[in-house]
Amino acid sequence: MIAAVKFDWSVFFDHILPPDGVTRDALYLTLGISVVAQFFGVLFGLISALMQMSKFRILRFMSGAYVWFFRGTPVIVQIFFTYYGANLFLGYDLFPRTAHFPFFSVSGAVLAGAVALAVNEGAYMSEIVRAGIGAVDSGQMEAAKTVGMRRGLAMRRIVLPQAARVIMPPLGNEFNNMLKTTSLLAFISVRELFQDAEIRISSTFKYPEYLAGVAVLYLLLTTLWGFAQKAIERKFSESDRDATMQTRGWAKRNLGRLIGGH
Amino acid sequence: MTGELIVDAVDVHKSFGRVEVLKGVTLKVAPREVVCIIGASGSGKTTFLRTLNALESIDLGQITVNGHRVGFQQDKNGKFVRASEKSLAAVRSEIGFVFQRFNLWPHLTALENIIEAPTRIRGQSRDEAVATAEELLKRVKLSDKRDVYPGKLSGGQQQRVAIARSLAMKPALMLFDEPTSALDPETIGEVLDVMKELAVGGMTMVCVTHEMGFAREVSDRVVMMDGGVILEEGTPEHFFTNPTHERTKQFLSKIL
Repeated sequence: MIAAVKFDWSVFFDHILPPDGVTRDALYLTLGISVVAQFFGVLFGLISALMQMSKFRILRFMSGAYVWFFRGTPVIVQIFFTYYGANLFLGYDLFPRTAHFPFFSVSGAVLAGAVALAVNEGAYMSEIVRAGIGAVDSGQMEAAKTVGMRRGLAMRRIVLPQAARVIMPPLGNEFNNMLKTTSLLAFISVRELFQDAEIRISSTFKYPEYLAGVAVLYLLLTTLWGFAQKAIERKFSESDRDATMQTRGWAKRNLGRLIGGH
Repeated sequence: MTGELIVDAVDVHKSFGRVEVLKGVTLKVAPREVVCIIGASGSGKTTFLRTLNALESIDLGQITVNGHRVGFQQDKNGKFVRASEKSLAAVRSEIGFVFQRFNLWPHLTALENIIEAPTRIRGQSRDEAVATAEELLKRVKLSDKRDVYPGKLSGGQQQRVAIARSLAMKPALMLFDEPTSALDPETIGEVLDVMKELAVGGMTMVCVTHEMGFAREVSDRVVMMDGGVILEEGTPEHFFTNPTHERTKQFLSKIL
Protein backbone atom coordinates (compact mmCIF):
# COMPACT_ATOMS: atom_id res chain seq x y z
CA MET A 1 0.00 0.00 0.00
CA ILE A 2 1.25 3.38 -0.85
CA ALA A 3 -0.09 6.06 1.36
CA ALA A 4 -1.21 9.13 -0.48
CA VAL A 5 1.10 12.00 0.35
CA LYS A 6 -0.76 14.59 2.27
CA PHE A 7 0.39 18.02 1.29
CA ASP A 8 -0.80 20.62 3.74
CA TRP A 9 -1.44 23.60 1.53
CA SER A 10 -2.34 25.77 4.49
CA VAL A 11 1.22 25.46 5.80
CA PHE A 12 2.46 26.43 2.39
CA PHE A 13 0.27 29.48 2.09
CA ASP A 14 0.54 30.58 5.72
CA HIS A 15 4.31 30.45 5.99
CA ILE A 16 5.90 30.32 2.58
CA LEU A 17 3.85 32.29 0.09
CA PRO A 18 3.90 34.94 1.30
CA PRO A 19 6.67 34.16 3.77
CA ASP A 20 5.87 34.81 7.41
CA GLY A 21 8.04 37.12 9.50
CA VAL A 22 10.67 34.56 10.41
CA THR A 23 11.01 33.19 6.90
CA ARG A 24 11.16 36.70 5.54
CA ASP A 25 14.13 37.38 7.82
CA ALA A 26 15.75 34.22 6.51
CA LEU A 27 15.09 35.37 2.95
CA TYR A 28 16.68 38.73 3.65
CA LEU A 29 19.64 37.01 5.28
CA THR A 30 20.14 34.81 2.22
CA LEU A 31 19.96 37.82 -0.05
CA GLY A 32 22.16 39.96 2.19
CA ILE A 33 24.89 37.37 2.55
CA SER A 34 24.79 36.72 -1.20
CA VAL A 35 25.22 40.38 -2.09
CA VAL A 36 27.98 40.98 0.43
CA ALA A 37 29.85 37.78 -0.43
CA GLN A 38 29.55 38.47 -4.16
CA PHE A 39 30.73 42.06 -3.73
CA PHE A 40 33.83 41.03 -1.83
CA GLY A 41 34.28 38.05 -4.14
CA VAL A 42 34.53 40.43 -7.09
CA LEU A 43 36.94 42.61 -5.13
CA PHE A 44 39.17 39.67 -4.15
CA GLY A 45 38.97 38.34 -7.69
CA LEU A 46 40.08 41.69 -9.09
CA ILE A 47 43.01 41.89 -6.69
CA SER A 48 43.99 38.32 -7.42
CA ALA A 49 43.75 38.85 -11.19
CA LEU A 50 45.93 41.97 -10.99
CA MET A 51 48.43 40.07 -8.84
CA GLN A 52 48.46 37.37 -11.48
CA MET A 53 49.62 39.91 -14.04
CA SER A 54 52.24 41.46 -11.78
CA LYS A 55 55.90 41.42 -12.71
CA PHE A 56 56.68 40.21 -9.20
CA ARG A 57 56.87 36.47 -9.08
CA ILE A 58 55.84 36.23 -5.45
CA LEU A 59 52.54 37.99 -6.13
CA ARG A 60 51.83 35.74 -9.09
CA PHE A 61 52.61 32.74 -6.94
CA MET A 62 50.34 33.88 -4.11
CA SER A 63 47.50 34.48 -6.51
CA GLY A 64 48.02 31.11 -8.14
CA ALA A 65 48.07 29.34 -4.78
CA TYR A 66 44.90 31.13 -3.73
CA VAL A 67 42.99 30.12 -6.82
CA TRP A 68 44.39 26.60 -6.69
CA PHE A 69 43.39 26.02 -3.09
CA PHE A 70 39.93 27.56 -3.08
CA ARG A 71 38.87 26.03 -6.36
CA GLY A 72 40.36 22.71 -5.35
CA THR A 73 38.55 22.14 -2.07
CA PRO A 74 34.80 21.94 -1.39
CA VAL A 75 33.24 25.17 -0.27
CA ILE A 76 31.55 23.38 2.62
CA VAL A 77 34.99 22.37 3.95
CA GLN A 78 36.13 25.97 3.58
CA ILE A 79 33.09 27.16 5.51
CA PHE A 80 33.83 24.77 8.37
CA PHE A 81 37.48 25.73 8.39
CA THR A 82 36.65 29.40 8.49
CA TYR A 83 34.20 29.09 11.35
CA TYR A 84 35.74 26.34 13.47
CA GLY A 85 39.32 26.16 12.20
CA ALA A 86 40.91 28.68 14.51
CA ASN A 87 39.33 27.04 17.53
CA LEU A 88 40.22 23.51 16.45
CA PHE A 89 43.81 24.22 15.53
CA LEU A 90 44.80 27.18 17.67
CA GLY A 91 42.35 27.06 20.52
CA TYR A 92 40.67 30.41 20.12
CA ASP A 93 37.64 31.70 18.26
CA LEU A 94 38.29 33.83 15.23
CA PHE A 95 34.74 35.12 15.08
CA PRO A 96 32.92 36.69 18.03
CA ARG A 97 29.53 35.45 19.16
CA THR A 98 28.05 38.64 17.79
CA ALA A 99 29.80 40.90 15.30
CA HIS A 100 28.91 44.58 15.60
CA PHE A 101 28.95 46.91 12.62
CA PRO A 102 28.06 50.62 12.57
CA PHE A 103 24.39 50.13 11.77
CA PHE A 104 23.72 46.48 12.46
CA SER A 105 24.95 43.35 14.21
CA VAL A 106 25.14 39.80 12.97
CA SER A 107 26.09 36.52 14.57
CA GLY A 108 29.65 35.28 14.26
CA ALA A 109 28.41 32.40 12.13
CA VAL A 110 26.88 34.77 9.58
CA LEU A 111 30.09 36.75 9.42
CA ALA A 112 32.22 33.61 9.11
CA GLY A 113 29.88 32.27 6.43
CA ALA A 114 30.01 35.48 4.42
CA VAL A 115 33.80 35.59 4.68
CA ALA A 116 34.15 31.98 3.56
CA LEU A 117 31.81 32.46 0.60
CA ALA A 118 33.52 35.71 -0.41
CA VAL A 119 36.99 34.20 -0.32
CA ASN A 120 35.81 31.15 -2.25
CA GLU A 121 34.04 33.32 -4.81
CA GLY A 122 37.15 35.45 -5.20
CA ALA A 123 39.04 32.45 -6.54
CA TYR A 124 36.46 31.93 -9.29
CA MET A 125 36.15 35.65 -10.03
CA SER A 126 39.92 35.84 -10.33
CA GLU A 127 39.81 33.63 -13.40
CA ILE A 128 36.82 35.49 -14.82
CA VAL A 129 38.44 38.90 -14.37
CA ARG A 130 41.69 37.61 -15.84
CA ALA A 131 39.88 36.34 -18.92
CA GLY A 132 38.04 39.67 -19.18
CA ILE A 133 41.25 41.68 -19.09
CA GLY A 134 42.81 39.27 -21.56
CA ALA A 135 39.95 39.89 -23.98
CA VAL A 136 40.78 43.58 -24.26
CA ASP A 137 42.96 44.23 -27.30
CA SER A 138 46.58 44.88 -26.35
CA GLY A 139 46.50 48.00 -28.55
CA GLN A 140 44.29 49.64 -25.95
CA MET A 141 47.00 49.49 -23.31
CA GLU A 142 49.60 50.54 -25.87
CA ALA A 143 47.60 53.59 -26.87
CA ALA A 144 47.34 54.53 -23.21
CA LYS A 145 51.09 54.18 -22.81
CA THR A 146 51.83 56.36 -25.82
CA VAL A 147 50.01 59.33 -24.34
CA GLY A 148 51.97 58.92 -21.13
CA MET A 149 49.69 56.90 -18.91
CA ARG A 150 51.22 54.62 -16.34
CA ARG A 151 50.00 51.07 -16.05
CA GLY A 152 47.78 51.59 -13.05
CA LEU A 153 45.95 54.54 -14.56
CA ALA A 154 45.63 52.82 -17.93
CA MET A 155 44.26 49.73 -16.23
CA ARG A 156 41.68 51.72 -14.29
CA ARG A 157 40.58 54.11 -17.02
CA ILE A 158 41.06 52.16 -20.23
CA VAL A 159 41.33 48.41 -19.75
CA LEU A 160 39.03 47.58 -16.84
CA PRO A 161 35.96 49.46 -18.16
CA GLN A 162 36.26 47.41 -21.34
CA ALA A 163 37.00 44.18 -19.49
CA ALA A 164 33.83 44.77 -17.48
CA ARG A 165 31.80 44.14 -20.63
CA VAL A 166 33.26 40.68 -20.87
CA ILE A 167 33.11 40.01 -17.15
CA MET A 168 29.47 40.88 -16.55
CA PRO A 169 27.66 37.84 -18.03
CA PRO A 170 29.70 35.24 -16.12
CA LEU A 171 29.42 37.48 -13.08
CA GLY A 172 25.64 37.21 -13.39
CA ASN A 173 25.91 33.44 -13.39
CA GLU A 174 28.18 33.54 -10.39
CA PHE A 175 25.62 35.55 -8.46
CA ASN A 176 22.90 33.09 -9.38
CA ASN A 177 25.14 30.37 -7.94
CA MET A 178 25.87 32.42 -4.87
CA LEU A 179 22.18 32.80 -4.04
CA LYS A 180 21.91 29.03 -3.79
CA THR A 181 25.30 28.27 -2.28
CA THR A 182 24.43 30.31 0.82
CA SER A 183 22.24 27.31 1.78
CA LEU A 184 25.44 25.56 2.88
CA LEU A 185 25.64 28.02 5.77
CA ALA A 186 22.85 25.96 7.35
CA PHE A 187 25.67 23.64 8.44
CA ILE A 188 27.09 26.32 10.72
CA SER A 189 23.64 27.24 12.07
CA VAL A 190 23.03 30.37 10.06
CA ARG A 191 19.27 30.75 9.82
CA GLU A 192 19.11 31.47 6.14
CA LEU A 193 16.35 29.99 3.96
CA PHE A 194 17.41 26.38 4.07
CA GLN A 195 18.19 26.30 7.77
CA ASP A 196 14.86 27.99 8.39
CA ALA A 197 13.10 25.20 6.50
CA GLU A 198 15.03 22.52 8.39
CA ILE A 199 14.15 24.01 11.75
CA ARG A 200 10.48 24.10 10.83
CA ILE A 201 10.58 20.55 9.52
CA SER A 202 12.13 19.25 12.70
CA SER A 203 9.42 20.82 14.82
CA THR A 204 6.40 20.16 12.56
CA PHE A 205 7.42 17.12 10.47
CA LYS A 206 5.85 18.92 7.51
CA TYR A 207 8.68 17.76 5.30
CA PRO A 208 7.24 18.09 1.79
CA GLU A 209 5.62 21.45 2.49
CA TYR A 210 8.73 23.18 3.74
CA LEU A 211 11.05 21.47 1.30
CA ALA A 212 8.88 22.52 -1.63
CA GLY A 213 8.48 25.92 -0.03
CA VAL A 214 12.19 26.60 0.27
CA ALA A 215 12.70 25.54 -3.34
CA VAL A 216 10.04 28.02 -4.42
CA LEU A 217 11.70 30.82 -2.50
CA TYR A 218 15.10 30.13 -4.07
CA LEU A 219 13.41 30.01 -7.47
CA LEU A 220 11.85 33.35 -6.73
CA LEU A 221 15.24 34.89 -5.96
CA THR A 222 17.02 33.43 -8.98
CA THR A 223 14.12 34.28 -11.29
CA LEU A 224 14.08 37.89 -10.17
CA TRP A 225 17.82 38.05 -10.65
CA GLY A 226 17.38 36.55 -14.10
CA PHE A 227 14.97 39.35 -15.02
CA ALA A 228 17.39 41.91 -13.65
CA GLN A 229 20.18 40.44 -15.76
CA LYS A 230 18.03 40.55 -18.89
CA ALA A 231 16.97 44.11 -18.20
CA ILE A 232 20.60 45.14 -17.90
CA GLU A 233 21.40 43.45 -21.20
CA ARG A 234 18.52 45.12 -22.98
CA LYS A 235 19.34 48.53 -21.66
CA PHE A 236 22.89 48.27 -22.87
CA SER A 237 22.12 46.92 -26.29
CA GLU A 238 19.67 49.77 -26.98
CA SER A 239 22.39 52.23 -27.85
CA ASP A 240 24.76 49.84 -29.45
CA ARG A 241 27.96 51.70 -29.98
CA ASP A 242 29.82 48.79 -31.46
CA ALA A 243 31.05 48.65 -34.99
CA THR A 244 34.76 48.37 -34.63
CA MET A 245 34.87 47.59 -30.96
CA GLN A 246 38.23 46.17 -30.18
CA THR A 247 37.20 43.43 -27.80
CA ARG A 248 35.27 40.31 -28.64
CA GLY A 249 31.83 38.94 -27.84
CA TRP A 250 28.50 40.10 -26.66
CA ALA A 251 29.44 41.81 -23.46
CA LYS A 252 31.92 44.23 -24.93
CA ARG A 253 29.10 46.14 -26.52
CA ASN A 254 26.90 46.38 -23.54
CA LEU A 255 28.37 46.28 -20.13
CA GLY A 256 31.39 48.54 -20.12
CA ARG A 257 29.12 51.48 -19.58
CA LEU A 258 27.91 50.07 -16.30
CA ILE A 259 31.34 50.19 -14.71
CA GLY A 260 33.08 52.57 -17.09
CA GLY A 261 30.75 55.29 -15.94
CA HIS A 262 30.39 57.22 -19.18
CA MET B 1 74.54 68.45 -31.49
CA THR B 2 72.15 66.15 -29.69
CA GLY B 3 70.38 69.11 -28.16
CA GLU B 4 69.33 70.35 -31.56
CA LEU B 5 68.01 67.05 -32.78
CA ILE B 6 64.56 65.77 -31.95
CA VAL B 7 65.51 62.20 -32.72
CA ASP B 8 69.04 60.92 -32.38
CA ALA B 9 69.08 57.15 -32.71
CA VAL B 10 72.50 55.56 -32.93
CA ASP B 11 73.29 51.96 -33.87
CA VAL B 12 70.00 50.53 -32.62
CA HIS B 13 69.86 46.76 -32.33
CA LYS B 14 66.84 44.69 -31.44
CA SER B 15 66.12 40.98 -31.48
CA PHE B 16 62.93 39.03 -30.97
CA GLY B 17 64.19 35.73 -29.66
CA ARG B 18 66.86 34.62 -32.10
CA VAL B 19 65.71 36.85 -34.92
CA GLU B 20 67.59 40.13 -35.12
CA VAL B 21 65.11 42.62 -36.59
CA LEU B 22 67.21 45.75 -36.19
CA LYS B 23 70.89 45.40 -37.04
CA GLY B 24 72.27 48.81 -36.23
CA VAL B 25 69.94 51.59 -37.29
CA THR B 26 71.11 55.17 -37.08
CA LEU B 27 68.70 58.01 -37.75
CA LYS B 28 68.80 61.69 -36.89
CA VAL B 29 65.81 63.95 -37.24
CA ALA B 30 66.05 67.71 -36.91
CA PRO B 31 63.21 69.91 -35.60
CA ARG B 32 60.42 70.49 -38.12
CA GLU B 33 61.74 67.75 -40.32
CA VAL B 34 59.41 65.17 -41.86
CA VAL B 35 60.98 61.77 -42.43
CA CYS B 36 59.24 58.90 -44.16
CA ILE B 37 60.45 55.38 -43.60
CA ILE B 38 59.63 52.95 -46.38
CA GLY B 39 60.50 49.34 -46.98
CA ALA B 40 58.99 45.92 -47.41
CA SER B 41 57.19 44.26 -44.54
CA GLY B 42 59.66 42.54 -42.27
CA SER B 43 62.29 45.17 -42.95
CA GLY B 44 62.12 46.37 -39.34
CA LYS B 45 60.61 49.79 -39.99
CA THR B 46 57.67 49.45 -37.59
CA THR B 47 59.87 47.91 -34.89
CA PHE B 48 62.30 50.79 -35.26
CA LEU B 49 59.52 53.34 -34.97
CA ARG B 50 58.27 51.63 -31.82
CA THR B 51 61.70 51.78 -30.21
CA LEU B 52 61.62 55.57 -30.47
CA ASN B 53 59.06 55.82 -27.67
CA ALA B 54 60.11 52.62 -25.93
CA LEU B 55 57.12 50.54 -26.95
CA GLU B 56 59.94 48.15 -27.79
CA SER B 57 63.08 48.02 -25.71
CA ILE B 58 66.41 47.89 -27.50
CA ASP B 59 69.31 45.52 -26.98
CA LEU B 60 72.12 47.77 -28.09
CA GLY B 61 72.61 51.35 -29.17
CA GLN B 62 71.25 54.61 -27.92
CA ILE B 63 68.14 56.63 -28.64
CA THR B 64 67.67 60.23 -27.62
CA VAL B 65 64.35 61.90 -28.26
CA ASN B 66 63.73 65.52 -27.41
CA GLY B 67 66.74 65.47 -25.12
CA HIS B 68 65.76 62.32 -23.20
CA ARG B 69 67.63 59.06 -23.34
CA VAL B 70 64.75 56.74 -24.23
CA GLY B 71 64.46 53.81 -21.84
CA PHE B 72 66.95 55.26 -19.38
CA GLN B 73 67.07 57.86 -16.68
CA GLN B 74 69.88 59.40 -14.68
CA ASP B 75 70.28 58.41 -11.05
CA LYS B 76 71.58 60.70 -8.29
CA ASN B 77 75.15 60.34 -9.52
CA GLY B 78 74.24 61.16 -13.08
CA LYS B 79 74.66 57.55 -14.17
CA PHE B 80 72.17 56.20 -16.66
CA VAL B 81 70.00 53.43 -15.29
CA ARG B 82 66.99 51.64 -16.71
CA ALA B 83 64.04 54.03 -16.73
CA SER B 84 61.29 53.67 -14.17
CA GLU B 85 57.75 53.36 -15.43
CA LYS B 86 57.16 56.91 -14.29
CA SER B 87 59.99 58.42 -16.30
CA LEU B 88 59.07 56.31 -19.35
CA ALA B 89 55.56 57.66 -19.14
CA ALA B 90 56.87 61.22 -18.88
CA VAL B 91 59.02 60.81 -21.99
CA ARG B 92 56.20 59.14 -23.92
CA SER B 93 53.81 61.95 -23.07
CA GLU B 94 56.00 64.24 -25.24
CA ILE B 95 55.86 61.88 -28.22
CA GLY B 96 52.69 61.37 -30.23
CA PHE B 97 52.10 57.93 -31.69
CA VAL B 98 49.51 57.04 -34.31
CA PHE B 99 48.75 53.37 -34.83
CA GLN B 100 47.83 51.53 -37.96
CA ARG B 101 44.71 50.25 -36.17
CA PHE B 102 43.86 53.61 -34.50
CA ASN B 103 43.44 52.07 -31.02
CA LEU B 104 40.89 54.63 -29.97
CA TRP B 105 39.27 53.79 -26.66
CA PRO B 106 35.84 52.48 -27.65
CA HIS B 107 34.13 53.24 -24.34
CA LEU B 108 34.91 56.95 -24.63
CA THR B 109 33.53 59.48 -27.10
CA ALA B 110 35.77 61.28 -29.57
CA LEU B 111 36.03 64.24 -27.19
CA GLU B 112 36.65 62.04 -24.17
CA ASN B 113 39.38 60.19 -26.04
CA ILE B 114 41.13 63.49 -26.61
CA ILE B 115 40.80 65.01 -23.13
CA GLU B 116 41.63 61.84 -21.21
CA ALA B 117 45.41 62.26 -21.13
CA PRO B 118 45.55 66.06 -20.74
CA THR B 119 43.23 65.96 -17.73
CA ARG B 120 44.64 62.82 -16.11
CA ILE B 121 48.31 63.36 -16.79
CA ARG B 122 48.88 67.06 -17.38
CA GLY B 123 46.37 67.98 -14.72
CA GLN B 124 44.48 70.34 -17.02
CA SER B 125 41.02 71.39 -15.94
CA ARG B 126 38.20 69.81 -17.87
CA ASP B 127 37.19 73.15 -19.40
CA GLU B 128 40.69 73.86 -20.58
CA ALA B 129 41.09 70.38 -22.03
CA VAL B 130 37.70 70.52 -23.73
CA ALA B 131 38.54 73.87 -25.32
CA THR B 132 41.77 72.44 -26.72
CA ALA B 133 40.02 69.28 -27.84
CA GLU B 134 37.34 71.21 -29.68
CA GLU B 135 40.00 73.18 -31.48
CA LEU B 136 41.76 69.97 -32.46
CA LEU B 137 38.52 68.40 -33.64
CA LYS B 138 38.00 71.45 -35.82
CA ARG B 139 41.49 71.06 -37.19
CA VAL B 140 40.84 67.45 -38.18
CA LYS B 141 37.38 68.50 -39.45
CA LEU B 142 35.36 66.40 -37.04
CA SER B 143 33.68 69.01 -34.87
CA ASP B 144 30.32 67.38 -35.55
CA LYS B 145 31.59 64.05 -34.19
CA ARG B 146 32.49 65.48 -30.80
CA ASP B 147 30.19 63.22 -28.77
CA VAL B 148 30.24 60.17 -31.01
CA TYR B 149 31.76 56.86 -29.93
CA PRO B 150 34.56 55.43 -32.09
CA GLY B 151 32.38 52.50 -33.12
CA LYS B 152 30.18 54.90 -35.07
CA LEU B 153 33.05 56.50 -36.96
CA SER B 154 34.61 55.42 -40.23
CA GLY B 155 38.21 54.30 -40.24
CA GLY B 156 39.41 57.62 -41.59
CA GLN B 157 37.45 59.51 -38.98
CA GLN B 158 38.80 57.29 -36.22
CA GLN B 159 42.33 57.86 -37.38
CA ARG B 160 41.81 61.62 -37.39
CA VAL B 161 40.49 61.47 -33.84
CA ALA B 162 43.53 59.38 -32.93
CA ILE B 163 45.79 62.06 -34.37
CA ALA B 164 43.91 64.71 -32.38
CA ARG B 165 44.29 62.58 -29.25
CA SER B 166 48.06 62.57 -29.72
CA LEU B 167 48.21 66.27 -30.51
CA ALA B 168 46.34 67.13 -27.32
CA MET B 169 49.50 66.33 -25.38
CA LYS B 170 51.37 68.94 -27.45
CA PRO B 171 54.06 66.49 -28.50
CA ALA B 172 57.50 67.53 -29.72
CA LEU B 173 57.45 64.67 -32.20
CA MET B 174 54.76 62.67 -33.96
CA LEU B 175 55.35 59.06 -34.92
CA PHE B 176 53.05 57.44 -37.49
CA ASP B 177 52.97 53.68 -37.93
CA GLU B 178 51.38 53.00 -41.32
CA PRO B 179 48.50 55.32 -40.45
CA THR B 180 46.55 54.66 -43.66
CA SER B 181 47.21 50.96 -44.19
CA ALA B 182 44.04 49.82 -42.43
CA LEU B 183 41.80 52.34 -44.19
CA ASP B 184 39.36 52.08 -47.06
CA PRO B 185 40.88 53.75 -50.12
CA GLU B 186 38.31 56.56 -50.11
CA THR B 187 39.19 57.67 -46.58
CA ILE B 188 42.97 57.61 -46.97
CA GLY B 189 43.00 61.09 -48.45
CA GLU B 190 41.37 62.78 -45.49
CA VAL B 191 43.98 61.36 -43.11
CA LEU B 192 46.85 62.30 -45.38
CA ASP B 193 45.45 65.81 -45.64
CA VAL B 194 45.56 66.16 -41.87
CA MET B 195 49.12 64.87 -41.84
CA LYS B 196 50.11 67.29 -44.58
CA GLU B 197 48.71 70.20 -42.63
CA LEU B 198 50.66 69.07 -39.59
CA ALA B 199 53.84 68.92 -41.63
CA VAL B 200 53.24 72.36 -43.09
CA GLY B 201 52.60 73.63 -39.57
CA GLY B 202 56.11 72.63 -38.60
CA MET B 203 55.52 69.42 -36.69
CA THR B 204 58.47 67.07 -36.52
CA MET B 205 57.27 63.76 -37.93
CA VAL B 206 58.54 60.27 -38.56
CA CYS B 207 56.15 58.25 -40.69
CA VAL B 208 56.32 54.62 -41.59
CA THR B 209 54.22 54.56 -44.71
CA HIS B 210 53.41 52.91 -47.99
CA GLU B 211 51.94 56.13 -49.35
CA MET B 212 54.60 57.05 -51.85
CA GLY B 213 52.67 60.09 -52.99
CA PHE B 214 52.74 61.44 -49.46
CA ALA B 215 56.43 60.59 -49.05
CA ARG B 216 57.26 62.34 -52.28
CA GLU B 217 55.17 65.41 -51.71
CA VAL B 218 55.49 66.07 -47.99
CA SER B 219 58.66 64.53 -46.62
CA ASP B 220 62.02 66.21 -46.39
CA ARG B 221 63.80 62.91 -46.36
CA VAL B 222 62.95 59.35 -47.31
CA VAL B 223 64.59 56.42 -45.58
CA MET B 224 64.54 52.96 -47.10
CA MET B 225 64.90 50.09 -44.66
CA ASP B 226 65.72 46.57 -45.67
CA GLY B 227 66.68 43.56 -43.58
CA GLY B 228 66.97 45.54 -40.36
CA VAL B 229 69.24 48.28 -41.63
CA ILE B 230 68.83 51.58 -43.41
CA LEU B 231 69.71 50.78 -46.99
CA GLU B 232 69.47 54.22 -48.41
CA GLU B 233 68.26 57.66 -47.49
CA GLY B 234 67.90 60.93 -49.30
CA THR B 235 65.59 63.60 -50.56
CA PRO B 236 62.38 62.50 -52.23
CA GLU B 237 63.72 63.68 -55.60
CA HIS B 238 66.77 61.50 -55.25
CA PHE B 239 64.67 58.60 -54.13
CA PHE B 240 61.99 58.59 -56.71
CA THR B 241 64.08 59.61 -59.70
CA ASN B 242 67.46 58.11 -59.13
CA PRO B 243 67.70 55.56 -56.29
CA THR B 244 71.16 54.12 -55.76
CA HIS B 245 70.43 50.57 -54.72
CA GLU B 246 69.06 47.84 -56.90
CA ARG B 247 66.91 46.71 -53.96
CA THR B 248 65.36 50.18 -53.68
CA LYS B 249 64.62 50.24 -57.40
CA GLN B 250 62.95 46.86 -57.14
CA PHE B 251 60.89 47.92 -54.17
CA LEU B 252 59.78 51.16 -55.77
CA SER B 253 58.92 49.51 -59.05
CA LYS B 254 56.67 47.10 -57.21
CA ILE B 255 54.92 49.70 -55.14
CA LEU B 256 54.59 52.64 -57.56
